[in-house]
Amino acid sequence: MPEADRQSLMTPRGWAAFLAVGFVLIVLIPVANRLVTPGGALHLPEYLVPLIGKYCCYAMLAVAMDLIWGYAGILSLGQGAFFALGGYCMGMYLMRQIGDRGVYKNPVLPDFMVFLNWKELPWYWHGFDMFWFAALMVVVVPGVLAFVLGWLAFRSRVTGVYLSIITQALTFALMLAFFRNNMGFGGNNGLTDFKDLLGFTVQSQPTRVGLLIASAIGLGLAFLLCRWIITSKLGRVCLALRDAESRVRFLGYSPTGAKLFVFVVAAMISGVAGALYVPQVGIINPGEFSPANSIEIAIWVAVGGRGTLAGAILGAFIVNAAKTWLTGAAPEVWLFFLGALFIVVTLFLPHGVVGIVRDWQARRSAARATVLASTRPAEAT
Amino acid sequence: MNAAAVNVATGHDPVAETAPGDTLLYLEDVTVSFDGFKALNALSLAIAKGEMRTVIGPNGAGKTTMMDVITGKTRPDTGRVQFGDRIDLTRLDEAGVANLGIGRKFQKPTVFENLTVFENLELALKCDRGTFATLLARLDGSARRRIADMLDLIGLGEHRHRPAGALSHGQKQWLEIGMLLLTDPQLLLLDEPVAGMTDIETEQTAALFKELAGSHTLVVVEHDMQFVRELGVRVTVLHEGSVLAEGSLDHVQKDQRVVDVYLGR
Amino acid sequence: MLVLRILAGVLLLALAWQPTHAQGFEELVRKLASDNFSEKLQAAEKLGDLGDGRAVPALKALADGLLYVRTSDQAPLIQNGSRYFDALTGQGLGELPDSEVGKVRVNNRLRGVIAASLSKLSLFSDDRATRLAAAKAAFANPTPETAVALERALRSEKDPEVMAAIRFSLAAAGVSAGALSDRLKAIEALAGTADPQVRNLLNTVVNDRNAPSEVVKAARDALASIERQLAIVNIIENVFQGISLGSVLLLAAVGLAITFGVMGVINMAHGEMIMLGAYTAYTVQQVCRAVLPADLVGFYLILSLPIAFLVSGAVGVLLERGVIRHLYGRPLETMLATWGISLVLQQAVRSIFDAQNKEVANPDWMTGGFDLVAGFFVSWNRLYIIIFCFLMLAIIAVILRRTAFGLHMRAVTQNRDMAAAMGIPTARIDALTFGLGSGLAGMAGVALSQIGNVSPNLGQIYIVDSFLVVVFGGVGNLMGTLVASLSLGVINKLLEPFAGAVLGKVAVLVFIILFIQWRPRGLFALKGRFVEQ
Repeated sequence: MPEADRQSLMTPRGWAAFLAVGFVLIVLIPVANRLVTPGGALHLPEYLVPLIGKYCCYAMLAVAMDLIWGYAGILSLGQGAFFALGGYCMGMYLMRQIGDRGVYKNPVLPDFMVFLNWKELPWYWHGFDMFWFAALMVVVVPGVLAFVLGWLAFRSRVTGVYLSIITQALTFALMLAFFRNNMGFGGNNGLTDFKDLLGFTVQSQPTRVGLLIASAIGLGLAFLLCRWIITSKLGRVCLALRDAESRVRFLGYSPTGAKLFVFVVAAMISGVAGALYVPQVGIINPGEFSPANSIEIAIWVAVGGRGTLAGAILGAFIVNAAKTWLTGAAPEVWLFFLGALFIVVTLFLPHGVVGIVRDWQARRSAARATVLASTRPAEAT
Repeated sequence: MNAAAVNVATGHDPVAETAPGDTLLYLEDVTVSFDGFKALNALSLAIAKGEMRTVIGPNGAGKTTMMDVITGKTRPDTGRVQFGDRIDLTRLDEAGVANLGIGRKFQKPTVFENLTVFENLELALKCDRGTFATLLARLDGSARRRIADMLDLIGLGEHRHRPAGALSHGQKQWLEIGMLLLTDPQLLLLDEPVAGMTDIETEQTAALFKELAGSHTLVVVEHDMQFVRELGVRVTVLHEGSVLAEGSLDHVQKDQRVVDVYLGR
Repeated sequence: MLVLRILAGVLLLALAWQPTHAQGFEELVRKLASDNFSEKLQAAEKLGDLGDGRAVPALKALADGLLYVRTSDQAPLIQNGSRYFDALTGQGLGELPDSEVGKVRVNNRLRGVIAASLSKLSLFSDDRATRLAAAKAAFANPTPETAVALERALRSEKDPEVMAAIRFSLAAAGVSAGALSDRLKAIEALAGTADPQVRNLLNTVVNDRNAPSEVVKAARDALASIERQLAIVNIIENVFQGISLGSVLLLAAVGLAITFGVMGVINMAHGEMIMLGAYTAYTVQQVCRAVLPADLVGFYLILSLPIAFLVSGAVGVLLERGVIRHLYGRPLETMLATWGISLVLQQAVRSIFDAQNKEVANPDWMTGGFDLVAGFFVSWNRLYIIIFCFLMLAIIAVILRRTAFGLHMRAVTQNRDMAAAMGIPTARIDALTFGLGSGLAGMAGVALSQIGNVSPNLGQIYIVDSFLVVVFGGVGNLMGTLVASLSLGVINKLLEPFAGAVLGKVAVLVFIILFIQWRPRGLFALKGRFVEQ
């Protein structure tokens, strides 16, 4: 790959950073939480484990968003829908795992169905008692939905704000639908009161650490998958689409195919992120479909720096950490902060935090070059 | 191969004289209207294989719309657009048309500004355009060689790692032409290819086109009469969506109607 | 309600009545106070047929157990509180000791007869509303006796509406009994009316085993025709509600459509401009309540329209100058930035006025409504909003078509570069367009405050819908926005009975997603080469 200078993570330094972050998330944090005695200086408090796990899921979502928005120029304002669908698939599995330990002790029906006087399981709930099936659905359901919507939209060349509005309408429609009790997904309350996952108690600390590790691995895999796609020729087609879609067409590429591919991949990654998220927070409800959630994903990516996967991950961590802190410390300030973030980043930081770092590096190397040039003049660049 | 070129030189109507097998592009009675305005009005045109044709005409004569129709961007309301012996171009989309070997250069040079010159050419290089094939594509040695050759031909070798957005206007024009050539086209549609070029660049372009003619079929839309004269091929004058006159440049320049609507002003 | 009005009318009548049937009346009222129940029954019935309004107080009193007799002369008395009145003349007699009076006993059968008589009597009231109500009420009690009273009332009646109501009730009475040809005629007369009451009546006829087969058949045919009419009324009602919803959507979307058309950006804070307008209405209302005399407070609504336009418009101009201007040519980033603004505005409003819903009261002239057709109620606020919405649309159309600003705006919509080249100050047009669009949203907010609560989330309720209206209608075309919003409103309401409100909405969203396939640029898209970019 001779043209790879833009892909910073293909450098040895990039790989080192990737492995270091992975090491921290997968080894260091679990060790600090499980092996260091509580009260010790290096002990990681219990509540931080699911929190960091949650951030990893958000970061996956951000990576997916960056793939389609940062590289292919598709601003999906409904990415949260795929996340929520993945979450619901996992939630359905967890509900079936409750078995007769629910309030109504019904071995098959989840509590809310008993409450609604339902006599049997709706057809679409079948199979979710098996983990492999639920895991498959976590990628299949968002993937199929993305395929259908994307095929319809890209084929008729719906782009730009039109596409954003359509995706937003999609998640809005899903939210309304899932709020209905007779959809069979628990209505307003969603799915909650989970007991165990693959035989492990969801609430227990070792399970939480396990889920964190799983989320970190998921994030790493999502990162590598997206990296592979964007460094392929297809990735360059996507970038080209962003710049001049008609030229891509006249070169004989089908934009529909390329966009559809990344859109479906992003939806699947989002689904997996949702599935990892649900057992860590212990609930999934229709609020996850709300359009505001989906738009927030865009700002994570924008803060970190769109068009760089590392930036997307960074942004997800920064914004969500700020959210955790602010909603606790000064809840009324949070929306001001978030709103201002949207404005400031779009106006002043088009390349986000990564852009700032790069500018700084560029200035430093430029300064060094000037120093070199002044000491060793007359060298052609 | 150059039977058609002979026809061009004699200046007679190629539709009448060329056997059907020799006509590469054939437009018949093509009409396109936008909200009542007829951008193309029963346009008929035939381009022989290996021919180079220049198309001139005042603004709004339908030159760009004609290209849109040929390349599948615009569906004609009525009429037929045939490529080769059998293929009906009106049934295909842009990508389908492009994959038949019809390359198009836009009026405004259109390259991928955020990709390097090399990457621009890499994307253009003829290969399997399928989504998964593209995902798995790797550059082999011969492909690299072809790109390197093209970089030499269009004189952008030393700019190969620069983003295309950083090139000058003329360089972008050349890059776009280079991209088109790498798609191995049979037919090249060139919309004002020398706009923004220096005189020397224009001359070089004319030389390149003349070299391409014969092995390729070219349709060149131009306003630059000097360039048209330099190419020295058959000229079609479009006016209000149909052909006003056709023949050598000298021939059409003597045509009073052409002078009235276009050249005289 | 009805009873009170009947009573009021009857009392008036009692005062003005000329004693033409004096003999019969007095005798019958005396009989009301007799000990013999069959005599009382007869008297009560005959009093109804007599058509003398003076009998009403006595009948009422008997039904309520307030009719007494004086032991000394057996004169009928009416007790009111602790005082007694003469039932024949209404003359006050003051308080009487219990020993001097005896209570007249009453039973349920007697009460039933009294009720029928009372309703017959109110047919002769001087008050038009009372007569009308009585004529309509007679419908529910279609006995031959009622029919007799109705016919008598018809002879003296002059008011056409009351006459129609009487004829209608007469027909209802005729359906159940009488000669075969009369019953058929009565059914035919009823078939033209799409009233649920008529349907019930005819249903009883259809199910009546004793009714002749011709009558049953006629009733069945009449029922079918009524069902058809009711279905039509139902559709009209849905369409009206749809238009009402559509006009709300139109109000919410029209400003958005203008800014989107001219500048190609979706303003995600558009909903908050609506919200600001609604809060302006609330503030103006509070101020008016504090400073204006009570009878003028209703005008606050009129007052708040221009203020809301200015407030939201000013915020819009600020927004354009401060943020959107710098994002020109980056529509996706504009969406995000304006979304940020919407969050800030929501939180700001939440901080200033708290998060509670605020109520903006309907002024008197917007409260209530009227029955257009039976079972189809049109409320004033809905109607005014529809009218207001079309008025606003007309004003916008005039601005776009007849002013220099409108001309410039249309020019920029169609070809920005060319417009700039011709010396149109595109930057100023942008700012003014944004101001106009936002100002319109503010006025929409005032209108929306009349049909729902005002809360910081108000804008979010309408925002997805108004985006869809714009996408559906197409860019830069007022007609498209109009057609899109009205048809979306109507489709929504027509779907509701089958699918329920939520699924209806989901269906509309899916419909639009599919529609975009067919027309990616909306219903009324501009065509041509320049639009492609």
